[in-house]
Amino acid sequence: MMNPTTAPETVARPADALAPPTRDALAELLLTMADDDFVSGFTDSEWTGIAPLLEEDVAISSISQDELGHARALYQLLAEVLADGRDEDAIAYDREPDEYRHARLLDHPRGDWADTIARRFLYELADEARLASIGPGFKPLADLVDKIRREERYHRMHVLAWIDRLAKGGAEPRRRLEAALLAQGLDAPSVFTPLEGEAELLEAAILTRSMAAAEAAWRADLTTILVPLGLGLPPSIEPTAAGRREHSDAFHRLWSEFTSVRRSEEGVTW
Amino acid sequence: MMPAVRESTGVDPRDVLAALDEIADPEIPAVSIVEMGMIGGIDVEPARIRVELLPTFVGCPALEVIRDAVASGLGTFGLEVEVDVSFATPWTSDRISPAGREKLRRSGFAPPPHMGGSRALPMIDGGGPAAAPAVPCPYCGSVRTTLENVFGPTQCRSIRHCADCRQPFESFKPI
Repeated sequence: MMNPTTAPETVARPADALAPPTRDALAELLLTMADDDFVSGFTDSEWTGIAPLLEEDVAISSISQDELGHARALYQLLAEVLADGRDEDAIAYDREPDEYRHARLLDHPRGDWADTIARRFLYELADEARLASIGPGFKPLADLVDKIRREERYHRMHVLAWIDRLAKGGAEPRRRLEAALLAQGLDAPSVFTPLEGEAELLEAAILTRSMAAAEAAWRADLTTILVPLGLGLPPSIEPTAAGRREHSDAFHRLWSEFTSVRRSEEGVTW
Repeated sequence: MMPAVRESTGVDPRDVLAALDEIADPEIPAVSIVEMGMIGGIDVEPARIRVELLPTFVGCPALEVIRDAVASGLGTFGLEVEVDVSFATPWTSDRISPAGREKLRRSGFAPPPHMGGSRALPMIDGGGPAAAPAVPCPYCGSVRTTLENVFGPTQCRSIRHCADCRQPFESFKPI
């Protein structure tokens, strides 16, 4: 403070107005959203420098940067809600692999281009269904989601162009896309794993619909795109809690890479 | 778009705005952060100047640089400076001022088509090239330009090509 006569101001944080069970539920929602974007952004950033076309190299790198930026903003909100002294970097990097809560869909390794496009397609549309379920109950999140959705329009346009291109691109691209959609489609409903505090979030209008209702909206969206292309929908599998808690060997390898700088020296920053 | 200003001390908010207008966008130094529409509001309190900063993109990597530049640029007023990064007012490409648009063009960046409150992507949505507004080449002014890549070297820019002067150029994404 430059002026010592000014009394220190107590800053009212929006999360303070929430009842403890609602705050816990909000923290769970923010963690799942942030971890999904974070892991997705890191995995897809592996294409930088080796994407199939130069223009695509620029595109997938920019999209990955967006996803990591969305994750950072969500972790910042989470840090304010938790108020446990950790900042967004501590939350993003100082956890053990089994403490991450991203969906099993995002546990898959980068794979080939068709794997990446199938995963991005299933995730982008699922994320949109989830973002469309965020209500006005916690204004900082509602404001952030409004901004994120403007950017996500570009991601959707990008991945839909690729789905169309691979589906109509001849036998080999189509075969690879079908195989990738089949393999990753099994894990895609994991994005809609019910939250423990879902009832509290609905009550507080932080969510306007359940994860199950968001999944139904996602399936309707998928249908309008996949059916005209003669492609199959992901199977309806009831998501279980394990879908966000048990992670693959591929994720453990990714974790050891994205935490390597942070673990190299305590308190290290870029 | 003029930021909202409130006054309650000897410091004139218009002077604060003028000081902010001296701070360049780190990625395009010809344009100030005020001309980019990144200032959501200025609040001059007895002991503090509060600036609401609107990120162009959520993950803009220049944000920390801009935040530090605002804090040091307003240091001359002798008050505490608080920079609040906010999404309460979403930044849109329509916030870039007419002067900012002209400076972008002179720096070789095509300014974004006006969104007019819509969330549509006029350059890619809405029934093909006929419906998309022309984006004039910043070098020769020709409207015979095509979108090469909606994604560009930074989050806020796309790559286009001019059929007349045959130059690739960057254009701002409408958002």
